[in-house]
Amino acid sequence: MLEKLNEIQAAALDALESVKDSEALQGWKVKHTGGNSALTEVFKGIGKVAKEDRGKVGKRANEVKVALEAALTERAALIKEAELARSLEEDHLDVTLPGRPFRHGGVHPATQTLRRILGILADMGFQVYTSREVESDEYNFQHLNFPLGHPAREMQDSFYVESEGERDNPLLMRTHTSPGQIRAMREAAVGNPDNPPPIRISLPGMCYRYEQITSRSEIQFNQVEGLAVGENITFSDLKGTLSDFARRMFGAHARTRFRAQHFPFTEPSAEMDVECFLCGGEGCSVCKKSGWLEILGCGMVHPNVLQAGGYDPRRYTGFAFGMGPERQAMLRHNIKDIRYFWGNDSRFLEQF
Amino acid sequence: MKLPVSWLKDYVNINISVEELARLLTLAGLEVEEIHYVGWAMPDYAAGEKHEFKTYGLSWDPDKLVVAEIREVKPHPDADRLVLCDLFDGKDEHLALTGAPNLLHLKGTGKLEQPLKVAYAKEGAEIYDGHKEGQVLTKLKRAKIRGIESYSMVCSEKELGISDEHEGIIFLDDDAPVGTSLADYMGDAVFSIDILPNNARNVNVLGIAREVAALTNQPLKRIDKKPYESSGEAIAEKVKVNITNPELNARFVFGLIRDVEIGPSPYLVQRRLRLAGIRPISNLVDATNYAMFEVGEPLHAFDYDVLAERAKGKPVVITTRTADAGEKLVTLDEIERELQESNVLVCDEQSALALAGVMGGLESEITDKTKNVLLEGAAWNFINIRRTANHHNLPSEASYRFSRGVHPALAEDGVKRGLYWMQKWANGKVAPDLVDNYPLPPADPVVTVTEADVKRLLGVEISAEEIAGLLTKLEFSTQVEGTSVTAATPPIRMDIGEGIVGVADVIEEIARMYGYDNIPETRIGDPLPPQVGNPVHDWEEKLRDQLATLGLQEAITYRLTSPETQERIGMHGEFVKIANPSTPSKGVLRRSLMASVLEVVEKNARLRDSLAFFEIGPVFVPNKGDLPDEPRKLAIAMTGRRQPPAWDVSDAPVMDFYDMKGVADAFLAGLGLKNIVYTPADSSLMPGAAFHPGKSAQVSVDGIVVGAFGELHPSAAEKYEFADTPVLAAEFDLSTLRGVQPAYEITPVPAFPPMLEDIALIVDEALPAAKVEHLIRQTGGKMLAEARLFDVYRGEQLGEGKKSLAYALTYQAPDRTLTDKEAAKIRKKIVKRLEYEVGAELRG
Repeated sequence: MLEKLNEIQAAALDALESVKDSEALQGWKVKHTGGNSALTEVFKGIGKVAKEDRGKVGKRANEVKVALEAALTERAALIKEAELARSLEEDHLDVTLPGRPFRHGGVHPATQTLRRILGILADMGFQVYTSREVESDEYNFQHLNFPLGHPAREMQDSFYVESEGERDNPLLMRTHTSPGQIRAMREAAVGNPDNPPPIRISLPGMCYRYEQITSRSEIQFNQVEGLAVGENITFSDLKGTLSDFARRMFGAHARTRFRAQHFPFTEPSAEMDVECFLCGGEGCSVCKKSGWLEILGCGMVHPNVLQAGGYDPRRYTGFAFGMGPERQAMLRHNIKDIRYFWGNDSRFLEQF
Repeated sequence: MKLPVSWLKDYVNINISVEELARLLTLAGLEVEEIHYVGWAMPDYAAGEKHEFKTYGLSWDPDKLVVAEIREVKPHPDADRLVLCDLFDGKDEHLALTGAPNLLHLKGTGKLEQPLKVAYAKEGAEIYDGHKEGQVLTKLKRAKIRGIESYSMVCSEKELGISDEHEGIIFLDDDAPVGTSLADYMGDAVFSIDILPNNARNVNVLGIAREVAALTNQPLKRIDKKPYESSGEAIAEKVKVNITNPELNARFVFGLIRDVEIGPSPYLVQRRLRLAGIRPISNLVDATNYAMFEVGEPLHAFDYDVLAERAKGKPVVITTRTADAGEKLVTLDEIERELQESNVLVCDEQSALALAGVMGGLESEITDKTKNVLLEGAAWNFINIRRTANHHNLPSEASYRFSRGVHPALAEDGVKRGLYWMQKWANGKVAPDLVDNYPLPPADPVVTVTEADVKRLLGVEISAEEIAGLLTKLEFSTQVEGTSVTAATPPIRMDIGEGIVGVADVIEEIARMYGYDNIPETRIGDPLPPQVGNPVHDWEEKLRDQLATLGLQEAITYRLTSPETQERIGMHGEFVKIANPSTPSKGVLRRSLMASVLEVVEKNARLRDSLAFFEIGPVFVPNKGDLPDEPRKLAIAMTGRRQPPAWDVSDAPVMDFYDMKGVADAFLAGLGLKNIVYTPADSSLMPGAAFHPGKSAQVSVDGIVVGAFGELHPSAAEKYEFADTPVLAAEFDLSTLRGVQPAYEITPVPAFPPMLEDIALIVDEALPAAKVEHLIRQTGGKMLAEARLFDVYRGEQLGEGKKSLAYALTYQAPDRTLTDKEAAKIRKKIVKRLEYEVGAELRG
């Protein structure tokens, strides 16, 4: 009987050698360890074995059973591994087929640029102040030191709005966000006219000028202005603040320069250029070979403007600046045609 | 303004490079937009010289381009239209071949009595090709032309890059030194300078020379105050001037020059005028322009004899006045102009002679036959001139200057300078004295600036002495007293104000001269104002993000539009109108944002299979002539496939009402809003006939209507060129939406497992699903955490007019695991309630 058990074991292990897949393994398991297997037969017939051999045979039969089960487990692991390897080898995709597209959602590039600018200014303490887009001549020009007939008005040709109002104070589409400066100052001063609080605001929004729409000029454009008013605001603060802004906006190494300029609402006035970040100042087509990019206009708030806002120019000083987000986006992304912005072509918008 | 730098050198020594000069001027507010080199050496970019300006033009090789003289013009043996010039370049004699028409008449006349001075290009010289369109560089090479060897040439202006003139060669002035390089003799660099409105004083050579002198610490070479000898009868006997309104005409100066010989002005003068953008005409006209360019005072030359004849032997009496109603004048461009009553005229006793400061009249204009010239320099009101020039559409060098403000003091300087050049170039005799009527001299402001003022505005300490020094360079008369400087504005400029405004104006000049570059950069030391933020702005930005996250693209459209495009969705009524629209398609301000976003969809209809746009911005509602209301809106428009097609998905479902509703659900939830109720749209609240009546809804939050959405009404959709998928649109009012309080508390995540169960209910087709859901939720009470509709089924076995609504129910207790028994009890209650209230039947 012991011999038979040895044979059973040897035959089973031998058969296991040729088992190559899970299905055959299952067959092997049934044949060699199942209810009708030779081994089971031995267990069933153990009662018939001579009493003195019964212990030995029983022990041996158990040994065979354990050995076969161990071999099975080992074989199963090998087969699983081999099968996985095979399946991994067979199961592959053409990774160059296109991915399934999503519908593109996004924020308009003009908004994205506005956010960048406003975010930096907010970090510097300039809080967003918004105001209306249809304005009166008084707010858009007169309070900002553009008297009637002033030549500088020609730099800002306006869209006028039909109204029944006074002839010397017609309504118009604001040509800049500066009327908001007056509104903000007056709002701040109204509660405490003798001692108005300091101001530090950013003024974003859409502005309008009467122009031909071309690749370089638009009738509608965003502007961001900044205004700081207090008892100790200086031109050197203006330079420092705007150079800080430029480094945040255009990179830690952005160099700036300030040129004398003229704006009716500031005196002294300046234009801030940033060293061209496309050519590093070497001169390219974007900076028109100058190495510098005109980024913003700025200056010390004109005494008449402070006065109009309810701030005594003998006590308060301030600086103001203004820039065009679309222009900055154009420079940053080499956009050659400003008409893309309000054209809303998917093929443009999807690129941001 | 175009400024030849050689001209500047007449008034100030320039000891820095052209580019450095341009940089200094640019930083000081006279922005050089480009540099046009005409002969002078250009920076060597190839050698790595950095340049800061747009630069173009031609450098003249000093060895190969020189002044030469033609001694004889000989015929070409084989060509009638060519001549051969015997020419001397200071060293050698040459034979140069040319076809210049302005030499033909000298052909074969033998040795010239007076040799002709010309611009001579030797072999190898680089010049522009005179026969090619535009400016094409060419190098002179040796060649045989009709049998004659040629290796050099005499040049036209085009070939040297001075102008487009190629009709003949240049004849230089007789005193041109033979053998001198052309670059030294007449080379130049021309700056295009952007003149700012407050820089009107600098639209002239002397003005810019003054700035250069101040910026480079060089003395300004002034114009001689008594430049000529006068003779003959004094002008006062011949001419009188009346000014009727000194506010419009603060000063009027006349000078008289007799016996002028009209002819061309010297070549170097013509060249400068050309480079400055003015066409040379004759020595008399050129003298007025040249003097204007130098001094800044526009001059007008009258033919004195015409005026004398009109005065019939009496003295000429000139009056300046505004035009009468219906008055007309033929200006020198031969156009009869109907005058406005605000136009100022220069008149004699018969009629108007000139449109003051803008354009002369035809009759009294100087001509080729003029012998005696009356030269006018005057001061006009700049606003009046601006309006007149704009009205008659007459931009000119004169009106350009006068409309920016010319100081009346310059009237005299200008006339004297003009007379000086007329005497020099046309051999005239200047009559003694001037007629000078000066009723309203401007009060040149005297401003006191202290060291503290400067520190307060600029943030730098500059001593009173230094302040005075900086201002003196700009010809302010200054007086220092302790820490304060009293500065009198020089009588050349009108941009300095009085009082505290004057202080700011003068400090700008101090800053410019001190150098903006030299002012340090500091951080604001002033206290930070209270930080209140801008919740409205932040909220809108959050909304943008919500919508973008849902796969919607933000659009930004023109606020200016036309009533027709707005009316496509039935938006009728009053618009805010633009009084001066640039095009009829942008004649009003939009009242419907939805109409604008629908246009975006229309524009992209053929570009993408799946489109979803939104815009956030104001619309404009007229307010009886007062400032319009500008309520802010959100509009959405979507159409096409729910997903863009992929290579294995070509038939994704098309978006319909429920996709739009899903977007609304999601962004409203994203804003933290609860209690959102959708009801069939109330057509009286809709913008016109925008929506399909059966496929649109209005949205309320806490009982307040915040917006509406739906499928576009077929008759509205028809007016657009959409693709053939349904178009969904929405408009929400943002201030209303913002007014609804969002819920800030969240529901805790349950700690015990939920119990899930599906039920299907058969109800009448007409019963809104919301009603069923409401009853389920109400009946389920606290233990029913969620009821989600997952299927709507219609079929024969349900019977006509019936539908089955299947809900996935989630039972959940916060403190324990619910038993089957508890769940069954709730379910039973729900079914019973629905049976009773709406006749629902549990589907088996």
